[in-house]
Amino acid sequence: MGRKLLTEHINVEGIDTFDVYRKHGGYRSVEKALKTMTPDEVVEEVKKSGLRGRGGAGFPTGMKWSFLAKPEGVPRYLVCNADESEPGTFKDRQLMSKLPHLLIEGMITGSYALGARTSYIYIRGELLYVLRILEKAIAEAYAAGFLGENILGSGYSLDLHVHPGAGAYICGEETALLESLEGKRGNPRNKPPFPAVQGLYARPTVVNNVETIAAVVPIVNEGGDEYAKLGVGKSTGTKLISACGHLNKPGIYEIELGVPVEEFIYSDEYCGGIWKGRDLKAVVAGGSSVPILPKELILKTAAGENRLMTYESLSDGGFITGTMLGSGGFIAMDETTCIVKNTWNFSRFYHHESCGQCSPCREGTGWLEKVLHRLEHGHGSMHDIDLIVSVAKQIEGNTICPLGEAAAWPVAAAVRHFRHEFEWHVTNPKEATAPGAAYRGAAVLA
Amino acid sequence: MAKITFDGIEVEVPDGTTILNAARQIGGGVVPPAMCYYTPLKGTGGKCRACLVRVAAGSAKDPRPMPKLVASCITTVQDGMVVENTTSQQVMDVRKGIVEMLLINHPLDCPVCDQAGECDLQDFAFEHGVSTTRYEEERRTFEKIDIGPLIQLHMTRCILCYRCVYTADQLTPERVHGVLGRGDASEIGTYIENIIDNEFSGNVIDVCPVGALTDKTFRFKQRVWFTKPVNAHRDCENEKCCGKVTLWYKGKDVLRVTARKDQYGEVKEWICNTCRFDKKETSDWVLEGPAHINRASVISANHYELPVINPQVLADLPESTTRELERNPPLRLGGING
Repeated sequence: MGRKLLTEHINVEGIDTFDVYRKHGGYRSVEKALKTMTPDEVVEEVKKSGLRGRGGAGFPTGMKWSFLAKPEGVPRYLVCNADESEPGTFKDRQLMSKLPHLLIEGMITGSYALGARTSYIYIRGELLYVLRILEKAIAEAYAAGFLGENILGSGYSLDLHVHPGAGAYICGEETALLESLEGKRGNPRNKPPFPAVQGLYARPTVVNNVETIAAVVPIVNEGGDEYAKLGVGKSTGTKLISACGHLNKPGIYEIELGVPVEEFIYSDEYCGGIWKGRDLKAVVAGGSSVPILPKELILKTAAGENRLMTYESLSDGGFITGTMLGSGGFIAMDETTCIVKNTWNFSRFYHHESCGQCSPCREGTGWLEKVLHRLEHGHGSMHDIDLIVSVAKQIEGNTICPLGEAAAWPVAAAVRHFRHEFEWHVTNPKEATAPGAAYRGAAVLA
Repeated sequence: MAKITFDGIEVEVPDGTTILNAARQIGGGVVPPAMCYYTPLKGTGGKCRACLVRVAAGSAKDPRPMPKLVASCITTVQDGMVVENTTSQQVMDVRKGIVEMLLINHPLDCPVCDQAGECDLQDFAFEHGVSTTRYEEERRTFEKIDIGPLIQLHMTRCILCYRCVYTADQLTPERVHGVLGRGDASEIGTYIENIIDNEFSGNVIDVCPVGALTDKTFRFKQRVWFTKPVNAHRDCENEKCCGKVTLWYKGKDVLRVTARKDQYGEVKEWICNTCRFDKKETSDWVLEGPAHINRASVISANHYELPVINPQVLADLPESTTRELERNPPLRLGGING
């Protein structure tokens, strides 16, 4: 089993309290950064580590940090995006509820690196119990002198606040998050200007995912070069994967990037294979918004190479035969799964969560859902299958924020790889809508 | 100053100008349509996606094309930028898609809608849309709401351009007018069915691109193309009101009063509710003469001078546009039957 950098002590009794966390080596990175490093040196270590954003887009964190505008006399902010609400992704919730101090430690070190004096954790509204855990941990950190005025006598001061959202998926989009944090309606902003120039309260802001910020802790502790030794190529370090669906051992796994997908699904060390001895049908590898892949393509790339759990390997083949690592929400579906129903279900989610600001997404997501509902319930026509592809294409790339794409990609990929199954719903509606019915024909691989 | 090439036409504009405003300096058929952007209102734009254009070269320094189509109303020009609007098939196809999206939940009740004839959505759909629909599902409907005794909100027709929200926000001191709900269930509203009690609230009617916000003193009185617009002014007691309006006559009667709109349907100077709703006698006003109405508009049909296309404008257009104009003239000389 690979090394665990974030979750090594996750099962220690009382690790959510300051004393136990500190006993297991907690807050070393704050001491090291504040006492021995300049902010720029911390940024440099993060750059060297090759850490990429763990929220889905995979943008290099060090580069994002170095883009932050630093005008004189203007406050800067670090905001942690804890609005994790993508179907299939539940890694941050676990990390925050079990290891609240890890996130706080990362926030202190990160804020120091960016020169932020006030930082925010924007947490999903439904995670109220996690909010309480975090608030308790923050109070402990204040009491221990790791937050507040003049931390560890270094002259650096930081205030950390937790702010709950009201349960909107769209507020996980960074500019919508900032709007919501400012107390406004959570509509994504037009970009440019980017948050690095005009973010929270029109000040330079960095928005990072929970796991990204947590990963700063081992990077500072062990050095960026040491961190970069883990993983493959440009996918360095470890990644939390929340595996769910028809697996023998669903759960959250911290893997070293580069583990073969086949090993991740079938080895006993990870998911332990498909439940009830069934066959795998399809996998959504990075949360509901990434393209779905049939078994043949998720295990091997179109070129016949083993697919690995890395940013590059999963996106090998583009959106024709590949997908994305995304946020690490790994959903496995066995042979009894109905792909049409699943696509409709995802579509229903995006319809419900579209903010309604720009027209292609507002109207298109609802349209997709309605047509998919029709198809799933056996009232569709062949023409409807082309219609949803066309509507998805009309949304993709023409919206303000990526939610439009997130709604369009899964539909387009499902039709691309499972067109026969959609057609089967049209030609054999009675059979297809019977309880527990599933199409068992071959998928389209190219 | 920045020099950009828009649809093959070079234009020089000050730094910080948006692509849309640069195109408006060229004018004519190359200007992208705008359903949500409104120059006098801060923060508008980027929402309807009608004005998407392709940036074939980002700037002289970095001539790479932009990966996605950009909203021309909020993207500022860079020196050496090359923009394609009517010359790009991709843009035209996307625009067709946007029309379709805006129309799938629109009631298309133009025959009974007061906005018909001066509706941005009608023009946009006429110019870029197709005549059939692929949408078979039930359309979204809402109950009509009175926001005050003078303005009616008919959400069913709304395209959520947010213009009225910005107007209410920027012209009136108390914020009661906003967007409720999310996604395709979101609606313009005053919480809860509150009256917008403000001397400038009537301006939300003028900024509305469709018939969602209508003047209750004019509702169902007359089709706009049977009325005659005349510019007039008065010395308004309200110092924030410009007092410059357009009176819409039918015979000797003033049926309604609106603020003056420019050729892109934008009000540059706001008027107060007293001017708009209470001053409906010719004796209240100093008349200036017929208001200029776009020749292509149905309002000007049978009223004004014959359409003339300046040959110089034609000569400056790219060949593809000229060919398109010949094949599909924007207006016919001498009215519908001529």
